[in-house]
Amino acid sequence: MEAPPGGNARIVVRGLHKVFETASGQVVVALQDIDLTVRPGEFLCIVGPSGCGKSTFLRLLAGLERSSAGEIRIEVTRPDRPVNSMVFQEQSTFPWMTVRQNTAFGLEMRGVDRRVRDELVGYYLRKIGLEAFANAYPHQLSGGMKQRVCLARAFANEPEVLLMDEPFASLDEQTRILMQEELLRVWEGERGRTVVFITHSIDEAVLLADTVVVMSARPGRVKATFAVPFPRPRGQLAQLKLQPEFAQLTYKVWEVLRDEVLNAQAAELKAWART
Amino acid sequence: MGAHVARPVPALAGMEALLRERSRRQRRERVERLVMVTSPIILLVVWEVVAVVGLVDIRFFPRPSLVIGQLITMTASGELWEHLSVTLLRIAVGFVTGATGGVVIGLLMGGSRWARAILGPMMASIYPIPKIAIFPLILLVFGLGEISKYVTVAIAVFFLVLFPTITGVLGIPRIYIDAGQNLGARGFEFYRRIALPGALPSIFTGFRVGLGVALIIIVGVEFVGATSGIGYLIWNSWQLFNINRMFSGLLVLAALGHLSSLFLDELQKRLVPWRL
Repeated sequence: MEAPPGGNARIVVRGLHKVFETASGQVVVALQDIDLTVRPGEFLCIVGPSGCGKSTFLRLLAGLERSSAGEIRIEVTRPDRPVNSMVFQEQSTFPWMTVRQNTAFGLEMRGVDRRVRDELVGYYLRKIGLEAFANAYPHQLSGGMKQRVCLARAFANEPEVLLMDEPFASLDEQTRILMQEELLRVWEGERGRTVVFITHSIDEAVLLADTVVVMSARPGRVKATFAVPFPRPRGQLAQLKLQPEFAQLTYKVWEVLRDEVLNAQAAELKAWART
Repeated sequence: MGAHVARPVPALAGMEALLRERSRRQRRERVERLVMVTSPIILLVVWEVVAVVGLVDIRFFPRPSLVIGQLITMTASGELWEHLSVTLLRIAVGFVTGATGGVVIGLLMGGSRWARAILGPMMASIYPIPKIAIFPLILLVFGLGEISKYVTVAIAVFFLVLFPTITGVLGIPRIYIDAGQNLGARGFEFYRRIALPGALPSIFTGFRVGLGVALIIIVGVEFVGATSGIGYLIWNSWQLFNINRMFSGLLVLAALGHLSSLFLDELQKRLVPWRL
């Protein structure tokens, strides 16, 4: 699934379907006819009501699950590098590895030379404020620190595409705000890495993204796309929130999303009435 | 109500409280240790007294001082080490072979649906046979030498390590498997870097049970099929009605069991320095 380099798209998704069959034999259409294009170096956020299949979509992009129909093409510019690295919502640092070993894991698995590896790992540990914890085990760290390790691990792997599945959803709000700024600081410092970021928070999507995609209630489809006009680097995100454009844009996204959340509730009610 | 700022505790008072807490804890720990050391000694003293005044039959329950005397004599003559070294070697070879096999096959079965389907029914049907029961068969196949002792211990340990290893791998949270796969851990690297460390806490449970059973098995084997080893020493003493010598053997076994548990504690601390 490679596209010739030099195109204007890093990720192209065409007619993507994903159908599940539950244990009780019920057929669930998780994703229906998704078309999406992500430009090289674009930061794209997907918001949608819970259960709309946005996590499933990301797992398909990551190759952790197979699609039922349709195609996903991710342009490969450097064949020696991995196509994607994922940051999960759940705590996913390996408990049996130190922070340094966790961060180096992807590089080690693809046989990167030890010197290069140490250098890259050291660079991202410094950049993400983990240097002091390099030899700690994850159980000695707070939730926010563990998620930093996952960010460092994904960045250090130097993938074509970074995939993030609600990476900050389980953090407390204060930590989350700092982590959002931190992510942008690292990412903006090396423009050119493509990001697909899943979230249920409209604020988060508008603060971080170049493009916000709203997904519909199940079956998940692309409902609307918004361009975010704020210049980069975005700096203090709390200040960004004070701008009237921010309020307007989040309201527009919410207007679209609101219908979908109501649809999702109606569908749940109908399914419940049937049982 | 205005802003309230907590008044700091005066530094000196805080220090005193800390010291008082610490000395209280230290006193309790000292008493605990003292009780742990003295209670077995008291038991031995009571036994000694009861044996001397004739409340128990000293033909069956000899005075502890005589047993210890016997132990010292046997140590000095080298007889004890002769038997102990043989038993230790049999346990070591049998345990290491069986445990290695159990871990390798267990990882494979935990990580692969196919391996589970092919090997699962076979393992499940052999497992319930008491391993000491197949010792005669093993003697037939491997002869009367050392190999048959190693094999019997190894087979027993193998199954006791195999099943905890399988459950250990199957119990690894899905997220670590996904993350490992996403970062490119495949094949051998998956087993080495994800499945093995993820299952290690469970594998250690298998080691513990396995080492305990290895001790039981080797004594049983030495009762009937050996002319050396601690098991043989006990059995032979019974035949010669040398009760002091028999109790010496039992004492050594008790120490061996205790030490093996301490050994695994230490090993676990080194190999599993994390918590899941």
